[in-house]
Amino acid sequence: MQIDTRLREAIAAALHNHGADYVEVRIEETEATHLLFRGRELEEVGRSQGVAGCVRAAVAGGWGFVSFQDCNPSLLRERVATAVGHARLVGRERTLLAPVPPVEAQIPPRLLKDPRLVPLVEKKRLLEGYNEALWGVPGVQSSTIAYAETWRRVIFANSEGSFLQQERVDVALRVSAVARQGGDVQQVGISVGSLGDFGVVEGLEGTVREIARKAVAMLSAPSVTPGHYTVLLDPVLAGVFIHEAFGHLSEADHVYEDPRLQQIMVLGRCFGSPLLNVVDGAAVPGLRGSYAYDDEGVAAQKTYLIREGVLVGRLHSRETAARMGEQPTGNARAVSAAFPPIVRMTNTFIEPGPHTLEDLLGDIRDGIYCKNWYGGMTSMEQFTFSAGEAYRIRNGRIEELLRPVMLTGNLFTTLQNIDGIANDLAFNQGGGCGKGGQFPLPVSNGSPHIRIRDVLVVGR
Amino acid sequence: MSFLEDVLERAQRVADGAEVFAVSSAVTPVHFTANRLKAVQEQQTWGVGLRIIKGGRIGFASTTRQDDPQGLVARAQETLPLGPEASFTLPGPREYPAVPTYDPAVEALPVRALIDLGQEAIERLRGRWPEVLWECRLAKAVTTVTLLNSQGLSASATHSLVSLTLEGSQIRDGDMVFVAEAVVSCHPLRDVGEVVSSLDEQLRWAQRLVPAPQGEVPVVFTPRAMAGLVLTPLLTGLNGRTLVRKASPLEGKVGQPIVDPRFTLVDDPTIPYAPGARAFDAEGVPSQRTPLIEGGVLQGFLFDLQTAALAKARSTGSASRSPATLPSPSPSVVVIGEGDTSMAEAVGAVSRGLMVEGVLGAGQGNVLGGDFQANVLLGFRVEGGEVVGRVKDTMVSGNVYQVLQRLIAITRERRWVWGWLLSPTLVCGGVTVAAKG
Repeated sequence: MQIDTRLREAIAAALHNHGADYVEVRIEETEATHLLFRGRELEEVGRSQGVAGCVRAAVAGGWGFVSFQDCNPSLLRERVATAVGHARLVGRERTLLAPVPPVEAQIPPRLLKDPRLVPLVEKKRLLEGYNEALWGVPGVQSSTIAYAETWRRVIFANSEGSFLQQERVDVALRVSAVARQGGDVQQVGISVGSLGDFGVVEGLEGTVREIARKAVAMLSAPSVTPGHYTVLLDPVLAGVFIHEAFGHLSEADHVYEDPRLQQIMVLGRCFGSPLLNVVDGAAVPGLRGSYAYDDEGVAAQKTYLIREGVLVGRLHSRETAARMGEQPTGNARAVSAAFPPIVRMTNTFIEPGPHTLEDLLGDIRDGIYCKNWYGGMTSMEQFTFSAGEAYRIRNGRIEELLRPVMLTGNLFTTLQNIDGIANDLAFNQGGGCGKGGQFPLPVSNGSPHIRIRDVLVVGR
Repeated sequence: MSFLEDVLERAQRVADGAEVFAVSSAVTPVHFTANRLKAVQEQQTWGVGLRIIKGGRIGFASTTRQDDPQGLVARAQETLPLGPEASFTLPGPREYPAVPTYDPAVEALPVRALIDLGQEAIERLRGRWPEVLWECRLAKAVTTVTLLNSQGLSASATHSLVSLTLEGSQIRDGDMVFVAEAVVSCHPLRDVGEVVSSLDEQLRWAQRLVPAPQGEVPVVFTPRAMAGLVLTPLLTGLNGRTLVRKASPLEGKVGQPIVDPRFTLVDDPTIPYAPGARAFDAEGVPSQRTPLIEGGVLQGFLFDLQTAALAKARSTGSASRSPATLPSPSPSVVVIGEGDTSMAEAVGAVSRGLMVEGVLGAGQGNVLGGDFQANVLLGFRVEGGEVVGRVKDTMVSGNVYQVLQRLIAITRERRWVWGWLLSPTLVCGGVTVAAKG
């Protein structure tokens, strides 16, 4: 699609003679469709359309930012002036940005099966089929099926001469089943997603039936006795763990103004066994967190965070990279034009290890198999995350289903306690990440099965 | 004709009923990172949601473009044949209670004043705690909600808000302490004194690290813990949406005692200048004070028009929405009735227990069943009626319906949390505490 020449000229003009150290403009257009079933009924179907823009400026190390809905090109110069004015209120030192070459590029969307070409009525029919599969399971009391697709085109230009236009289509589906007996309510869900492929939300009848059965089964499942266990995490939950507990700590904005945290997250420090390799990178293609350039116009990369157990890297914006004297990694992202870019993850994963799943299971005499993602949060060294399903492991065998469990602990000890990594890497693409009020940012996370000793598990 | 009137007129031509809901806001946030001013922002947003009803079905579309009224109507029409059934009719013009929510002084407040407040708070705290790093966000916001419908309803209201959030982190040898406090008001903030002394107290209590009490022990939930942990499952159960989904454990219990008789919970959007207050809800239904639990007895649920119709009840004026979504019931200003104990007496009666202030990862458990569980981000051990130090690597879990039946004390003192909750401190039994080591 061609960019409106008037807009392009207005952007170029606004990026000259602004009096700031650095200025960038983003203009974003969106088209979205969502369908929501709650219970047996379709509760909401809606279409939306949007346009928004923003200007970010740096003066003497201070940042000013304005966002707006009215993207009339004739107003752009004034918007830039406002952002520069705000930056002046803040700036007291030097603007530091890691140098990156100016880029000019037009990135088309990755499309395997374009969801926009699937008629609304077919989408509804597909979801109705899932609803029937789910409600066919006796004991189901309630359900939610939420589908959303978003097309987004972002124009990015900065005062260093970059001019980018990137398009993407995100697809996401969340299904949850609720079973109830008296006051006891149990819920099991799945989230799937993709970059430009409607195919991932098709053909899920069997999976949907399975989650409904598990929700019902949990009603009569026993609770875990709270305590410390050896846990086996499936790829989904292990991926969430590495995203939540470790990934957020690797975001350099947390680190760069805090000398004490820099001492903890010191490159070269041993964080785990030599088995452990952790990567983040938007350059890993075809995943929810993949892109060509970040929201500062920096080319996507693949960054090792932990290599053979040793901390070797972290995630940067241009500013954090410059302030810490490290290389930019292309991790500055904004959830929409209403927000400035901040350091975010992309596709975060534990690389496959040497073991098979059977190896890991084999020598667990008394442990817990935790599967699936329910939620998770972290605050520096402490993390808390919930398994969607949990099973007791005895003498190397996965046995009875348990009620939902939550795992918590200290990141540094827990990473050291990973003593087995399988060879079955898989990605979870259904999640959205939140940080600094910016939610949900498309990301993916992945892992093979991993085994961790001595984790505090609480159940209900 | 305005854009909104234009959209309504076009929509009325193609539908039996139509409703235009618009929100415009200007938010000016100021950020301090690691004790220093980092950024000043200005976010202007504008959005419109169009709900149309035809042949008993609901069509819906939203936009942030001001140049294409017909496109908005066409998209809503496209969803109409698939849309949910409308169980309600749109309300006509109604008499609204007088609920003041706008102070013009907020709009006039210079950015400089926000910066000065943040700087003052950080400087005062730095004087006492030189090694703590502070993250501070201040913002002023002015939001106007406009609602028009085909029944002749035309309503508009403006809200002003000023907020201050301060988070401190103290890191020593891999041990990290997190403290936080926030104030939200419809008026400009004049003084940071209360925020500073609350944070000072949290830090003083946090300096000594002690082992957590384990097992089933009495737990003191401060207003912040009530907001972040205990109330989530309760408010989910009291939501008309949960009820009509047949997922509320409170179904069929109106008029029955469900918790301790000392516990009272009201949703009241009519409190003047409360940050969540409003004269009418997002469907134009007048705001009202809605008792939810009185004397421990369930009084009712929160409804919007659609859920009320499905539950054969009346809307409680609890519709809430963004322009991009259909309305849904939601609490506005939640008020928990005060007790008869002082804070000192309430804590004094705990021989061995835990005081929870900040939590992490709440809302992950079986919320629909009333369960809550979370990692204690900031919590203190109580021994012999006194706070003796901070605990770490500790989880609390319980079921709100059981915990509120095992209420030990409710304090007289109440505090506003995040502008949507006025709560006392509660001491409860039936809470499980698990800790590392």
